[in-house]
Amino acid sequence: MKALLADHMHESAAIILFCIGFTTLLLNKNLIKKIIGFSMMDNAIYLFLASYGYIGGRLSPIYINGDTNPEMYVNPLPAGLVLTGIVVSVSVSAIMLALTVRLYRHYHTLDIDEIAEIVREEGR
Amino acid sequence: MLWRNIPIVLIVLPLFISSLTAVLKPAAARTLMLGVNALCVILSALLLYKTVSLGTAFAVKMGEVGAPFGNELYISSAEALTCLAFDLIELLSLTAAFRRADEEIHTNRRGLFFTVCSLLLAALNALTLTNDLFTGYVFIEITTIAAGALIFVRSREGALFASMRYMIMNLLGSGLFLLGLAVLYALTGQLLFPQMQEAVTLLEATGEYGVPLTASLLLLTLGLAIKSALYPFHTWLPNAYSLATPAASSLLSSLVSKAYIFLYIKLVLRGIGLKAYMSSGAGDVVFVYAAFAIVLGSVDAIREHNIRRMISYSSVAQIGYIFLAAAIGTVNGICACVFQMLAHSAAKAMLFPAADRLSEVSGGNENFRDLRGSGYRAPLAGAAFTVGAFSITGIPLLGGFSAKLFITEAAVYAGGLKLYAVLAALAASTVLNVVYFLRTVVTVYRKSAVFSDKADKTAHPLSAAALCVFILLNLMLGAGAGGIMNIIRNGIGFWTLGV
Repeated sequence: MKALLADHMHESAAIILFCIGFTTLLLNKNLIKKIIGFSMMDNAIYLFLASYGYIGGRLSPIYINGDTNPEMYVNPLPAGLVLTGIVVSVSVSAIMLALTVRLYRHYHTLDIDEIAEIVREEGR
Repeated sequence: MLWRNIPIVLIVLPLFISSLTAVLKPAAARTLMLGVNALCVILSALLLYKTVSLGTAFAVKMGEVGAPFGNELYISSAEALTCLAFDLIELLSLTAAFRRADEEIHTNRRGLFFTVCSLLLAALNALTLTNDLFTGYVFIEITTIAAGALIFVRSREGALFASMRYMIMNLLGSGLFLLGLAVLYALTGQLLFPQMQEAVTLLEATGEYGVPLTASLLLLTLGLAIKSALYPFHTWLPNAYSLATPAASSLLSSLVSKAYIFLYIKLVLRGIGLKAYMSSGAGDVVFVYAAFAIVLGSVDAIREHNIRRMISYSSVAQIGYIFLAAAIGTVNGICACVFQMLAHSAAKAMLFPAADRLSEVSGGNENFRDLRGSGYRAPLAGAAFTVGAFSITGIPLLGGFSAKLFITEAAVYAGGLKLYAVLAALAASTVLNVVYFLRTVVTVYRKSAVFSDKADKTAHPLSAAALCVFILLNLMLGAGAGGIMNIIRNGIGFWTLGV
């Protein structure tokens, strides 16, 4: 366990953050905190992708002095995936926040259980 | 060779239209969206014709960059057929609820409704055609956004909350999917399916990284299972489907969940390899969940009196069938899974607008007991509901019957314990289906004293036409099952050939 944490510090941190974010999104009652949990969950995965995409001592994948030896550079794809992923999760956060604003205006609370209660009573 | 660019058009055109419809007036947005949707139907039909007549499957390399850096689309006749079905059903669902969409959606948002619909169209096509797992992820999120918006576009109490619950569950699912993807990418270094399969086969042979591989497969499976509402994760579904506007319910139940499942089987068969996937145990987990889904989804449907919630719960059971077929673990099972997907899409997308029309002519009541005699007041909707209900129950000559037949056939070939489990689940669920669907059909055709036999509002001619095409589609899926299955089998045959 200790060796795992020491050798793969970033990856372990990423997975722990993922679990925190996932649990918050699943269990927290407050909508804003849920959205924070969601961001944390997604960002943890980007940390995971970025951390193993980097290999110590290698350069960013741009030709320097015409050196085409692939051993010199890191794979550019993980960074590309992280960038794409960030765009995706930002847009999802935006729509979640917009939805939260509308829910708050209508029900005057951010507690999802209270909203569920009101919806159930309205349905009767 | 120009037709080989059709797959790109199928994705890019609706995506472009979605931003254009946002600034147009509602009526123009609708015309444009429906026009593009019809064009997509024609183009995918052409694609299907070409792939079937030439007997080929091909990959479209984006920007001519190959693996491991490039991005690809892959088209065989199975993809072309699914694409055609998705596009056609989206078009029909939107036209079947032509007037209802106007009534239920606030004027300010009517144009945006079509923005969301074209976004969904692009995402569905992309999920069907992609050959790249990360592209799959991106379009999964686009589908989630579009689907969430489809639910809350209706100005009705509770729709907002249903949409929020939908989004939360789906985001949990896509989070798990993304983590699984990240781990799998770390192990294989590939995102394109065929190359990924080579790497997984190598890992499997050397026995290296067995635990991370299993973990990533479980994460991917669980993520997609949550998103397509497999049994224990279905709690968001009934509210989301029953509170959305009818067109949106059709789209959500018949297309959104199916697109995830199509990506799932593509991942299993092309990205990982059936053998490696089944030996990881993820397939067995899905099998057990699916068997429970089939029985318990139907039980929930029986307990429900609201007709739209009843149809929603029946979706839970039907999703169970689809996953069950896929989890049998043979190529035959996967083919049956695709057929069941098409049959269910065609039937469910017809049931929602039909049920809505039936309740419209019964004073807006959604309790099935209040629908007495509505089959006489809205004959076409009554017929459509009956055909849909019969198809899902599995009456011969309709799509649902052939699907059940193919699933059983696949199970018989697979043999073993799974055969008995499949037969038991199918038998139990058919009986339960008969209980809740036939009681509704009988109620719909029972004479009522409350209402006169004439509806006060006639159906929009376009909606009527859409329902007619839906009925024909269901009959075609039943009568032409053999031919359609051949197309699916040929297409999926290419999937297993490798790079």
